[in-house]
Amino acid sequence: MSFKKKHLLGIQPLTKSEILTILNTAESLKEISKREVKKVPVLRGKTIINLFFEPSTRTRSSFELAAKRLSADISSFSKTTSSAVKGETLKDTVLNLEAMQTDALIIRHSASGTPHFLSTFCQSHVINAGDGTHEHPTQALLDAFTIREAKKRLKGLKVVIVGDILHSRVARSNVFLLKKMGAQVLLVGPPALVPPEMSQLGAEIDHDMDRAVKKADVIMMLRIQMERQQKNYFPSIREYRQLYSLTPKRFETAHKKAIIMHPGPINRDVEISTHLADSIKSVILKQVENGIAIRMAVLYLLLGGKERDFTD
Amino acid sequence: MKEKIKARVMDSRKIKRAFNRMATEITERNRDLNNLVIIGIRTRGVHIAKRIANLIKEYDNIDVPVGILDITLYRDDFSELEDKHIVKKTEINFSIENKNVLLVDDVLFTGRTIRAAMDSLIDLGRPKTIQLLVFIDRGHKELPIRADYTGKSLPTSRREQVKVKLKEIDKKDEVLITEPGGIE
Repeated sequence: MSFKKKHLLGIQPLTKSEILTILNTAESLKEISKREVKKVPVLRGKTIINLFFEPSTRTRSSFELAAKRLSADISSFSKTTSSAVKGETLKDTVLNLEAMQTDALIIRHSASGTPHFLSTFCQSHVINAGDGTHEHPTQALLDAFTIREAKKRLKGLKVVIVGDILHSRVARSNVFLLKKMGAQVLLVGPPALVPPEMSQLGAEIDHDMDRAVKKADVIMMLRIQMERQQKNYFPSIREYRQLYSLTPKRFETAHKKAIIMHPGPINRDVEISTHLADSIKSVILKQVENGIAIRMAVLYLLLGGKERDFTD
Repeated sequence: MKEKIKARVMDSRKIKRAFNRMATEITERNRDLNNLVIIGIRTRGVHIAKRIANLIKEYDNIDVPVGILDITLYRDDFSELEDKHIVKKTEINFSIENKNVLLVDDVLFTGRTIRAAMDSLIDLGRPKTIQLLVFIDRGHKELPIRADYTGKSLPTSRREQVKVKLKEIDKKDEVLITEPGGIE
């Protein structure tokens, strides 16, 4: 059950057993955040840099706290306050940071594939914290962890993901992960945001929310990404809400013990009714809580111990 | 790697006697058993801890809480052993603040595991005292750590290994000295 990857670039390159190792490690580490002294010394002396070229509250602070709870030193960097605005190339920025003896770089970037690019020349471990419309591996891992916690399994569950699938790295990572673990995934949204080629990911597709939600075990609502809506993928927010919003009436038809998830930030009463978002069926804040344990597990498995032989 | 058994040092009868003796020593030394908690170091320390707690219950009818400690995150040598890479849960569902903590492990060798365990305990609270019980003290300590209760002191060579086998996981109670040998 050992972990031999040097980087976490996405869910796609991971094996089922590597995913399980991360989930099980996170389960062991979760307890640390409930202690009075929320800290263990295992990554003492390791230096990590958070490179966030896109805005983020949850992921960035979650990685920061995860690193600190393992006693690593972490420094966060955001695009607007860096030399990137002076025209420094990404590669130069990263090489300069690495010259400060970093052990890991956590990167979020609007361009898909940026973490892979970094991994071609970096000495440090590279962790993908969201790249363009490609992957967001730690989000999928914390989602799986939260589902497993609520449902005690992943295999055989019917997971419905609703919203802007086309632009969603969260959806993509979730499909990869859930399929590997034997769950059934149904992608739902307007045709322009859930084009037929998305089925190549191994998930089913439906444009009828009422039909899709029936008998669902897990309903994962995605944010309507207002910043990516210039192209008019759907006629209006009002129409979107009528067809795809998770309302109490729709939720009633799901499985009795169904749970509601959302990676955040939520647009209240757009993709999800306020009432449901705050209900006991919602595990949205548990997802955030578990995010810390997952990121601790990832940092521990990549950086823990001495340098080893990596398979990637 | 193959290993050969050099000696069977204790059988189930001797092991039982050692447990009884240690439990008696603990009850004699800890007048206030209500302030005692037992913490076993994964994996075998946990089972030894539970047996001690059962004996105290038998002798004095007091339920002493038993917790489980995983020290992986506190090791200074964990990268050298692949198995040790896996973090398991620490389960201590009671406060150790101002308690007399009885720390339990199967074998005392270099003392580094106990050092890690004590660091970990102190992060969880401030115990009144920490006492150490090990089933086998095999020598070769690298740190100034000694046990308060010992099942058996067993001088060994560094090359040898001491295996404490317990019914709960190994189907049988026995203590073996083994040595790496033969061809892989």
